[in-house]
Amino acid sequence: MFCTPVIRKNCLFLLVICWVCLITAGCTQKVEQSKTGGQPVERTVIIGFTASQTGKFNVESTRQINGLNLWIEQVNSSGGIRLGDGTKIKFAARFYDDESNKDRVQELYTKLISQDKAEFLISPYSSGLADASAMIAEQYSKLIITAGAASDSTHSKGYNLVYQVYTPASRYLTGAFNMLSKLDEKAHNAVLIYEKDKFSTEVCAAANKYGAEKGFKISLFEGYDSGATDFAPFINKIPKGTDAVMGGGHFADGTTFAKQLFEKGVKAKFISLLVAPPEPKFAELGNAAVGIIGPSQWEPLAKYSSELSHLAGQGAEWFGPNISEFVAAYKNKYQEEPSYHGAGGYAAALILQKAIIAAGSLDTQKVKAELDKLNLMIFFGRIQFDTTPQMHGLQKGHEMVYIQWQKDAQGKLVKQVVWPEEAKSANALYPAH
Amino acid sequence: MDFWKRPGSWSVLILILCAGSAVFAFKSDNLREIAFTILLYVTLASSLNIFLGFTGYINFGHIVFFGLGGYTGFYLMSVHGWSIYTASLAGGFIASALATLIGSAILRLRGAYFALATIGINEAARAFVNNFSPFGGSTGLSLNFSVYHQYGGPSKALWTTYGLMLIAAFAVVLISLVIRHSRFGLGLFAIREDEDAALTMGVNAPLYKTLAYVISAFFPAVVGTLFFFKNGNIEPGDAFRLHMSIEVLVMVMLGGQGTVLGPVLGAAAYERLRGLLLTSSALKNLHLLFAGVLLLLIVLFVPEGLVGSLRKRFAKLRKVLE
Amino acid sequence: MVVQLTASLLDGLLLGAIYGMAAMGLNLIWGVMSVINLSHGAMMTLGMFGAYALFTYAGINPYLALPLIAIGGCLFGFGMYWIAVHRVINAPHLASLLSTFAVNMVIIGAGTTLFTASPRNIDYSIGSLHIGPIILQGTRLVAAGIAVLMAAALFVFLNRTFLGKKIRAVANNRAAAELMGIPSTKVLAISFGIGTMLASVAGFLISTIFPFTIYSGGSYEPKSFVICVLGGLGNPMGALIGGLILGALEGAIPAFLPVGWVPVLEFALFVAILVVRPTGLFGSK
Repeated sequence: MFCTPVIRKNCLFLLVICWVCLITAGCTQKVEQSKTGGQPVERTVIIGFTASQTGKFNVESTRQINGLNLWIEQVNSSGGIRLGDGTKIKFAARFYDDESNKDRVQELYTKLISQDKAEFLISPYSSGLADASAMIAEQYSKLIITAGAASDSTHSKGYNLVYQVYTPASRYLTGAFNMLSKLDEKAHNAVLIYEKDKFSTEVCAAANKYGAEKGFKISLFEGYDSGATDFAPFINKIPKGTDAVMGGGHFADGTTFAKQLFEKGVKAKFISLLVAPPEPKFAELGNAAVGIIGPSQWEPLAKYSSELSHLAGQGAEWFGPNISEFVAAYKNKYQEEPSYHGAGGYAAALILQKAIIAAGSLDTQKVKAELDKLNLMIFFGRIQFDTTPQMHGLQKGHEMVYIQWQKDAQGKLVKQVVWPEEAKSANALYPAH
Repeated sequence: MDFWKRPGSWSVLILILCAGSAVFAFKSDNLREIAFTILLYVTLASSLNIFLGFTGYINFGHIVFFGLGGYTGFYLMSVHGWSIYTASLAGGFIASALATLIGSAILRLRGAYFALATIGINEAARAFVNNFSPFGGSTGLSLNFSVYHQYGGPSKALWTTYGLMLIAAFAVVLISLVIRHSRFGLGLFAIREDEDAALTMGVNAPLYKTLAYVISAFFPAVVGTLFFFKNGNIEPGDAFRLHMSIEVLVMVMLGGQGTVLGPVLGAAAYERLRGLLLTSSALKNLHLLFAGVLLLLIVLFVPEGLVGSLRKRFAKLRKVLE
Repeated sequence: MVVQLTASLLDGLLLGAIYGMAAMGLNLIWGVMSVINLSHGAMMTLGMFGAYALFTYAGINPYLALPLIAIGGCLFGFGMYWIAVHRVINAPHLASLLSTFAVNMVIIGAGTTLFTASPRNIDYSIGSLHIGPIILQGTRLVAAGIAVLMAAALFVFLNRTFLGKKIRAVANNRAAAELMGIPSTKVLAISFGIGTMLASVAGFLISTIFPFTIYSGGSYEPKSFVICVLGGLGNPMGALIGGLILGALEGAIPAFLPVGWVPVLEFALFVAILVVRPTGLFGSK
């Protein structure tokens, strides 16, 4: 051990040198630009985002990223976008794994903006993470389109450059109450058990209010910590004879909750959970999934006939692929049915594309002006943003549909759209058990 | 009080001042972010060192003051519209007051019991804030973006926050140096060596320990407010991360507990490594593995840490390495 | 209300038995060598992932995998003693706390790199038991049963076998045990191994009931501390009773308060006991 102090002394010296070098290394940056002599200029625009490749959001986030990557592939292979000054732009994604972790998100978005020079941003999946990324985007005056984020409160913080694709949280479960009243006039009590994160809390707070207005008695209104795995304390508190169990949070806890509801033999007539049921993977629960209803931002089966019929009267213009084109392309690339998470990722980028084309430029303020004016109909549904200063960027055009898992004639689990009536592909199974 | 006569003291202070100020010259956002995080951990590590390094008491829950102070400061800013300057100081003083309270309960415990108690305090604080609606409960608090306009826009606000962080880091290192060469510091070292003997020799151990604990609580609170102000939101899960607390402990051990330069270097080295590995998809958690192995080696073979062992082996370096 | 309370209490007690068994491992190590094993949570996680790996890749029924997990956990602990604990066993407490914590970081760091932070599930269901209006999950019942059996086995081992006697002797007075011809270092290593074995088996049992991630062990570790302090550091059987008490509290409190308050009360109790009665209910140190 006699030589180690010398080594350690050198290590210290090396450490300090390394430290100084690494800090200064952060200064030199190269902006990605392929130069061609004269016109037309070709440019690659970096779209930055973080993906929850690991951690509790990995299921939903992977699909969202799939949608995004599909769009990038399609737009680039069709020749990119031509701007007003003749520049041809193609897109490239730059992303990091945020591990479904909020403090990583803020650090990584700062890196994406200041180090990787991302020009446009897409949010991570989930309202909590998207909220954190929105703050960073706004601080550095970068436009961000949020996918996978339904929280209303993000848009009450005085942001200008944050645009929401999803239907806001406050409208998630209101339709569930409408559906329940229609299916069963005598249903009158419900429980709301929800994850204590921004999204689920806002959904259920709004649902609580709406349910009470419609004459329902909400006999249990309680939240569980994100990452909770033991739902027995909550399930034990559900009063006997409860008509409806609603709530949940995201995929991981939603599926665990559904499983434990089944194992504990809860005989509610109407079970509606957030986020998890519309994911095809939910079917892995087997019998525990039968009868479970979930609000969905978009379904391949949904017929937007009602919205299409109103198109003419509202001046919305059509853009992008239609539903079957999108589903086919997604299935072709990823070998699975797209859920609304995948569709949302694609839709976010599609909206950005429309705004850039309309603006004819990559300038943030010009693109923002186009987004503010947008009245669009895409495969995902109708898109229009709130432009009041109080709730800027909130999605006000888009509507939810509701799905339910049912067994078909062969006994296989399939997802059916059961609400609203104009969009349904099958009648609801009521009671659920 | 002869700390200013020692070149070691000056070298630490100048290092921080120069490296920190150089960032302003480069005007790079990226560099500022890196430096901000490094200075954050330097402050946390140095403040922990004032208690753990000087008295030898094992504090695993140091981060509780980061959280409590951060929440207090953030609450004052977002709900009552205070400015970052007053809110961070208020957070600091409230955390110190809470430290006096907490300390009066747990500082009479020794060794491992004390360590466990600090963990318990952190977990209890987090669970409490999770249910405490004035602090936003589990969804926490956030700042309305217009708050940044008070400081001349978000960009200026971020640079101002960095400047304040630099001042905080400088202050905590300065105070560490002052304590280290004072009679108070001597009393703390005596407690570390043998508390009962120190008591017999007339050292007012309970008072000294409490004082050290209170001082060590002030700075995490201040930088907590700065950190969450920059992020624009705060949640219980972010504010009371036990994991962060332990990482700070590793930094102190790595550099050398009880020295002043040690925690500074330890924090800088560890944090830079973590930052580099963050964006690498294959290696991003490897820094934990690396830190664990490093910590194990240090504890088993070099418990005095880098700076401590250098001081031990080379008497001539003692004046330069504080 | 009574039905709800009974259901909650039963659920809580079943879980409490498992927590208690986990805490026994921590308690044994503390009692024998005055080391608080901060990699306790990581050991539980290893048990969880071990069961997951055996179930998913080798198709082994989780309950049949139990002996494998137990042996694996014991060997790991035995090895860990020699690497991380042996050198610092006589040093001040900070050293052993930090060395075990370092092992914790190594396990979590390696685990996250290998398994990622995504949630995992062992999809093994054995139905439910219906007792009147109360329904108990089968996996929970079996897990609690195994936990109690292991606790009983530990009791028999410590009090009726020769090795158990040696362990108790070393716990009582290491120097005197050496003088009586007991190879105290080997005994310490074996005790450490038994301690980690209990932790990994507890982790395995939990994995049959709940989904888990690489960080799950870390969320069960504070519970083990609370139980050890409640039951009394130094008395393994006290840990089981402490576990049952904690489980009962976790089951009873939600009937009266929102479930979110349970951790607040748990940790407040923890600190209170540390301050007022550090030896706990049944402790000897």
